[in-house]
Amino acid sequence: MWIIAPLLCGLVFGAGLLISGMVQPTKVLGFLDIFGTWDPSLLVVMAAALAVSVPGFRLADRGTRPWFAGQYFRPGKSGIDAPLVTGAAMFGVGWGLVGLCPGPALESLATLSPGIIVFVVAMAAGMMAHDGWQQSRLTSQRDREFASATDG
Amino acid sequence: MENFTPVSAAIGGALIGLSAVLLMLSTGRIAGISGIFSGLLNLRGEDKGWRIAFLAGLILAPVIAGLVGYGMATPALPANWIVIIGAGLLVGFGTRLGGGCTSGHGICGVARLSPRSVAATAIFMVTAIVTVAVTHHVLGG
Repeated sequence: MWIIAPLLCGLVFGAGLLISGMVQPTKVLGFLDIFGTWDPSLLVVMAAALAVSVPGFRLADRGTRPWFAGQYFRPGKSGIDAPLVTGAAMFGVGWGLVGLCPGPALESLATLSPGIIVFVVAMAAGMMAHDGWQQSRLTSQRDREFASATDG
Repeated sequence: MENFTPVSAAIGGALIGLSAVLLMLSTGRIAGISGIFSGLLNLRGEDKGWRIAFLAGLILAPVIAGLVGYGMATPALPANWIVIIGAGLLVGFGTRLGGGCTSGHGICGVARLSPRSVAATAIFMVTAIVTVAVTHHVLGG
């Protein structure tokens, strides 16, 4: 029955994107277009989300384990490095081109819009391209280390 | 600012925050949509159930809204397929390289005061605003 929890969380998240209007690229682009008729709604969305999530995460920090899992899975990295900067910059350009980020894009699959389906397939391809590239880098690094270990 | 909708934005935003908190409290996971989705793109079998359940809920939300009379309008997208595909590739590659998107960095990470997430959010906001400024005002698209 634990599977009900993430399903409900997805529903609530989707309702939030729907009600706030952030599922619509025009609404998001209205926020990003600071030189046009600026629409600050997205700023209110983020502020309201943080007003709930800041105390909520504090509460979670005090617990030893989640209700339906053995442990909390928290991101381990803390430093600001080149991949973070490059990746965030690339994401912003893609976001600004169309007005879609991953949440609204996946939720909009419900409309069966061909443009949305193409966007989501391209997004998945971009993710797999990244992971494949990382994998090949790790493999060649291991080969180099192995070679130098045998040489030395 | 005639398009400004502060009340619906505040209600919707609070629900997004609530979802992130409930996912952390119940399953111990960060509600980062790019991370949840990308975890389904490999062939390894573990750790997929909660991801599928969350995304199913996300996609079911507009279906249920439609059943009770609040159908979702089809999103307006650029007419140019090259732009749609290019943007999708950038969003996919960029969120993997940068370790998150608007939800994972922008809401969960910023709420946890992670320096990485604060930096990532500032950077993708700036490049998105510059991209819109260039495409809407310089190129006039």
